[in-house]
Amino acid sequence: MTESVSSLGEDRIAYLEGLVSRARTAAAVFTQYTQEDVDRIVKPMVSEAMEKAQHLARLAIEETKLGVLEDKALKNMVAAEFVYNYVKDKRTVGPIHEFPERGLVEVAEPIGVIFSLTPITNPVATVIFKCIMAIKTRNAVIFSPHPRAWRCCYEAMKTLYETAVKHGAPEGVFSCVESCTLKDNAYLMHHKAIGLIDATGGQGVVKAAYSSGKPALGVGPGNTPVYLEKTAELDMAVVDIITSKTFDNGTICASEQTVVIDDEIYDKVLQKFADLGSHVCNEEEAALLGRTLIDHETGFARPMAVGQKATDIARAVGLSVKPNTKLLVAPIQGVGREHPLSVEKLFPLLTVYRAKSVDEALKVCVDVNHAGGLGHTAVVFSRNDEVIRKFGDVINAGRIIVNSPGSIGALGGVYNDMVPTLSFGCGTGGGNSTMDNVNVYHYLNIKRVARRTQAPMWFRIPNQIYFNMNAVESLSQFRSRSTIIVTNPALEQMGHVDVVRRYLPPQTSVHVAAIPDGEPEVKVVMQGLEALNLYRADQIIALGGGSVIDVAKIMKLKYESPQADLDELGAAFLDIRKRVAEYPTEKTNRVRLIAIPTTSGTGSEVTPFAVLIDKERGRKVTLTDYSLSPDVAIVDPQFVMSMPKGLTADTGIDCLTHGLEAGVSVYASPYTDSNAMQAIRLVFKYLPIAYEHPRDEEARTMMHNAACIAALAFSNASVGVSHALAHAFGARFGVAHGRANALMLPHVIAFNAAVPTKFMPSPHQRAYTAHKKYAMIADLLGLGGDTIEEKVANLVTATEELLDRLAIPRSIADMGISQEEFERAVPDLAKIAFDDPSWRTNPRMPLISELADLYWRAYQGRSLAKLASASEKPTAMKGGAYAGKSRVA
Amino acid sequence: MPAKAVWLKIEGQLVAPTLQEALEKLDGAAGEVVLDFSSVHRLDASALRAMENFVSTVNGTAKLALQGVNIDVYKVLKLMKLSQRFSFLS
Repeated sequence: MTESVSSLGEDRIAYLEGLVSRARTAAAVFTQYTQEDVDRIVKPMVSEAMEKAQHLARLAIEETKLGVLEDKALKNMVAAEFVYNYVKDKRTVGPIHEFPERGLVEVAEPIGVIFSLTPITNPVATVIFKCIMAIKTRNAVIFSPHPRAWRCCYEAMKTLYETAVKHGAPEGVFSCVESCTLKDNAYLMHHKAIGLIDATGGQGVVKAAYSSGKPALGVGPGNTPVYLEKTAELDMAVVDIITSKTFDNGTICASEQTVVIDDEIYDKVLQKFADLGSHVCNEEEAALLGRTLIDHETGFARPMAVGQKATDIARAVGLSVKPNTKLLVAPIQGVGREHPLSVEKLFPLLTVYRAKSVDEALKVCVDVNHAGGLGHTAVVFSRNDEVIRKFGDVINAGRIIVNSPGSIGALGGVYNDMVPTLSFGCGTGGGNSTMDNVNVYHYLNIKRVARRTQAPMWFRIPNQIYFNMNAVESLSQFRSRSTIIVTNPALEQMGHVDVVRRYLPPQTSVHVAAIPDGEPEVKVVMQGLEALNLYRADQIIALGGGSVIDVAKIMKLKYESPQADLDELGAAFLDIRKRVAEYPTEKTNRVRLIAIPTTSGTGSEVTPFAVLIDKERGRKVTLTDYSLSPDVAIVDPQFVMSMPKGLTADTGIDCLTHGLEAGVSVYASPYTDSNAMQAIRLVFKYLPIAYEHPRDEEARTMMHNAACIAALAFSNASVGVSHALAHAFGARFGVAHGRANALMLPHVIAFNAAVPTKFMPSPHQRAYTAHKKYAMIADLLGLGGDTIEEKVANLVTATEELLDRLAIPRSIADMGISQEEFERAVPDLAKIAFDDPSWRTNPRMPLISELADLYWRAYQGRSLAKLASASEKPTAMKGGAYAGKSRVA
Repeated sequence: MPAKAVWLKIEGQLVAPTLQEALEKLDGAAGEVVLDFSSVHRLDASALRAMENFVSTVNGTAKLALQGVNIDVYKVLKLMKLSQRFSFLS
């Protein structure tokens, strides 16, 4: 190709450059036109094309010696009127489609200069079609017609060009390469000013177009199979096939090539073809046509017959037919090189095949489809919807025409509602970039203007929450035939189960499922499930801490939906609304879940989360779905009055962490903020009292409420980095969840308050506000400070002081973990923490190195506020990811 | 030849004659030409040809500036690779 271009003479290059320059100028000028401007030009062009349809058809016939005058005139009219009817109301300038509900606008951008190759078979119609599309889309076109159709194409282009310019089109908008050669084509295909190559024609030009490296629309040959199934309306089918195959002497590449006919109707169909003017060949005649019309070297039809009348072809090969024969019909016994007539024949010769079954018929159609017709066109005649559906499934064609003529049907707009075109995309099967009927949208760059959208948020909580001392009395209002109380042995011994029993309606049959202490296990869930099934329970009361309530949630899930696959439901996700896992909605059983917490921290009584351990497979499964939320929460402080001090401290700090992390979450909303802030206030006020005076009823009540309220916040806003760090650390070193959070929390506040190395992508976050929200919390707590920095520092200090007051170890080192052991663990911990979904709603996206830094800060056990004034830094933190970036003084 | 400063306002479609006038005033001298395009809403092919000729004739001897070019016209100059030959004044 390069050699060809380099051998072009200077004069020829100057000529081609002149064409390109004019087209480029026209395209540039055209960019200033409005939709009204182009529509004003298109309409008279179409009128002119209609007026000159017959004249231009005659020129095409005279020059190419192919086809039928009347059909070509009709085709020209379709190219003008039908295409116009399709495009006239289409917006092709500026905003073309608006989707306000999605915040999207599609905006048209012209391509510029299009280099268009047009075929010998449909020369004028293709030029008319492309001229209308180009003006409608504000593009300039340089035409390179087939050399044996140049004059008629030039006349068509000139006619439309003059009309277009007369009505305001830019001068130079269309041009036609004179005496075009393959070298000229190669030169233009590689020209940097050409934006798109639109090649309609044989395989050679299409391949050259795609090989140029330019964006190209290359649409080429077909080999249309037709399945004539036994339920078809035979009279209509035969007329349609003859109409189509003889239209313009078969030059449309979508025309029928091989008709596969069911055995039951084969003879009848052939008789109908004969009755309507076709010559049905015998075996010898078919062989003669194969020998003479198909090139045995290439396997393709010889050009001599293309677009010729059936009688002329018959005469040329020595076949005796009646004078008015319009179609030659030749039986074949298979598809492939040994059956030469099974290829594309752009002349009125139709091959037919007798199929013994639907299966065989479909297979032969697939064979024809794959013998040069992939992606193009196929036809089926049938009244059996299942046959039509199956045909559509197995045939690879951009146009599957049902009960209508292939060639005219594929053009679109006449026999069906497909987009009118003169250019059939054949998809990747045909080596094309599109399978569409090429239309105006292929002549546009469509830009998408996408506005920021914010998905609707939610605030989902159980619809009944009973709280304060003796709230358990509300159990009496829940009727139940059979209730299972899920609890643990210690709580049973403490008499809590008896309290619950006391308030259940007397007719309730009650059974207790005491599960072991510790993290919930799959086998425990399965045992509980057996009890549910055994007693055909309609109510579960989960009485216990987070683990007990989590077991009850999963028992309910499996009882109501036995098909629920816990592994699948526990799959990782980024956004709960877009996750892969689908929680079951069909329920086999119905059961009410009432959660009565006996600790003040996890808030599991209102959350949509449940965690369980699969010891057999050595993994933890976290389930998240609002269907897991208990139906009723009873937050009665009488069940926490005897909670040990250490547990009070740990669970209380867990609650504080929930509030603080939900407060700065990227999913935080006014709904969650109100709960988060209130919970934080309650914790700072009442946790020290509950810790130091465990029997203080008010403090216990408020801390129990705080845990539930914080859970309402994080059930909807989720948590953050502290939880991610705590999960990995707690699991590795066997540290209770609340205590692990306590070790991380002050450092995470400082981390989030600093300018992030990476912001967390979130449409909900309209600015970085974590430091401001911490300052707001400091104000709420009355911590003082004049600037945001001071307020954040005061919050960190207040948190530190709270932890000190609760006698919680202030460093990981204090917990007896050696520096060497921790140093070995940190790289893995940081990676595990990064995989933890908890931080996905954190305002600051943590780098793995930053998570490692945070671990080291927790190991050292001093807040960033203190670190900033300390000269000593842990070795592993040198050059830490957020060193020197803190807002905190 | 002493440097010259030429300032001309182009009225509507009169791009070609105004550019011709600018060339005459410049008369081959170095200097600066400022063309006020604030009344030019659209460029046609002849205007673009005139601008190409103008740039080619001046051939770097004078600084060329366009004032008040609207965004549609600016985009046309960009597509025609003419924008790099001018500076643009608001």
